[in-house]
Amino acid sequence: MNAMAPPLLGQSLLLLAALTLFLSFALLGQTRLTAAIHQFAWQGAMVAAVTALVAAGEGARHLYLSALLTLGLKSLLIPWMLHRLARRLEMEREVERLHHPAVLLLAGTVLVVFAYWVALPIERIGGHASRNILAISLAVVLIGLWMMVGRRQVVAQVLGFMSLENGLFLAAVAAARGMPLVVELGVAFDVLVAAILFGIFFFHISESIESLDVDRLNRLSEEETE
Amino acid sequence: MADLLNPAAWLLVPVQALLFLVGAPLLAGWIRQWKGRLQNRRGPAPWQPLRDLRKLFAKEALVAHSASTVFRAAPYVVFASTLLAVCIVPFISILQPATAIADMIVLVGFLALGRFFLALAGMDVGSSFGGMGSSREMLVSALAEPAMLMAVFTLAMSAHSTNLSTVAEYNLAQGLVLRPSYLFALLGLVLVAVAETGRIPVDNPATHLELTMIHEAMILEYSGRHLALMEWAAQLKLMLYGVLLVNLFFPWGLAQTLSPAALLAGLMAVAAKLAALGMALAVGETVLAKMRLFRVPLFLNLAFLLTLLGLLSHIILEAGA
Repeated sequence: MNAMAPPLLGQSLLLLAALTLFLSFALLGQTRLTAAIHQFAWQGAMVAAVTALVAAGEGARHLYLSALLTLGLKSLLIPWMLHRLARRLEMEREVERLHHPAVLLLAGTVLVVFAYWVALPIERIGGHASRNILAISLAVVLIGLWMMVGRRQVVAQVLGFMSLENGLFLAAVAAARGMPLVVELGVAFDVLVAAILFGIFFFHISESIESLDVDRLNRLSEEETE
Repeated sequence: MADLLNPAAWLLVPVQALLFLVGAPLLAGWIRQWKGRLQNRRGPAPWQPLRDLRKLFAKEALVAHSASTVFRAAPYVVFASTLLAVCIVPFISILQPATAIADMIVLVGFLALGRFFLALAGMDVGSSFGGMGSSREMLVSALAEPAMLMAVFTLAMSAHSTNLSTVAEYNLAQGLVLRPSYLFALLGLVLVAVAETGRIPVDNPATHLELTMIHEAMILEYSGRHLALMEWAAQLKLMLYGVLLVNLFFPWGLAQTLSPAALLAGLMAVAAKLAALGMALAVGETVLAKMRLFRVPLFLNLAFLLTLLGLLSHIILEAGA
């Protein structure tokens, strides 16, 4: 049990996985757009670091490439694109008002417990430290989903979607030592294309309703009712 | 494990209490001096708080007409409960016999007792500032206490004991282990410590601005030796949190035997660690601005979330591994 601590590599893996989960929570509760994009970039960097560590531990050459891909795409390129978008839409200083921030975050912790409960039977089969990371990545996926449900601002929802993808990637690296490179490349470009498409959608939504608050899409009339 | 029947070990308890009594004003002065330097001032000497205490003890204690016995008794209760609390943390040695009779839950209880009387004293005279300060203090502590308990439970679950000495001993024996749960518990406990000891960004110990003060509002009516005891208790509490942070999470240097050399080395180590912590606190207080009172619950929510994540990551990532 606790007497024999896992070796340093495993420890750093667990630490990075835990930080990824924490960044998910930070994203969930973050109301400032610029800070949220920064946090998303950090989460991408964490996932890249996990991939690089697994690559070092397993001696899997192709994982280095996917770590590099994750780092370049998710922590540099996409955040940069989102920043540029935020600048062009003049919403860098926008602060979203959350209805119940505490409930949002507590529901997140409930999701973590649920993810752990779901992953518990899998744990018995799998390998060593990485099997616990599976529970964490499932939690990251669920929190990403919850962010798409619970937040009203489009950019926050898109960040939720992207962090969901981070969770999936983490699960793939932890459980299966990464996906085949072809699949990985495909997913990476999917995410990139999605980011570009989302950018176009942002423009359309903000042009037609003059806001990125999706709740306003439910209204039938143009007048303010509130 | 501490030997309960060793009389030499029990001698450590009064020595530790004395060290705390002298060290706490020095730590407060050290932080103040560094803050002064960081703000391009010379800053008072570190022993200035000790001088202030001596001056206050020599002065007459004035008590308002409307004050009851609670008002007179509160400084003694607050000071005594804080002094008892500092006796049960491992300070220079893990062979601290007093930890065997009072664990970390008792520690939280002692602090709660002191805080209760502090809030009562704030309300006793009936001035509006005192009542306001008390209600704010209760708001902060009601939110900070669960976070503190969560952090403490994370440590207790790792060491399988709520005894503070055992926790420190366990961490010392483990050596350097990267644990996500400890990282989260440490961050959460830092936030709790900042809130509980009334430092920036939750409260500013250096001002008496009526809109923002929390701790100062409660002790506004005190003077003379009563004020000295209240201030001393606050300094003790600051040092107590500092010692908890450095000795539970970074226990290296704690004396493991009762030889004078080991104890001296332990004293030097803890003094160095506290000095470093004091500097970090001074830097933090210089770069951060005090936040609005209505943002304090959010701040403490973050602390609670961090400690809860610490507990969860202990269960998910570490217990099964």
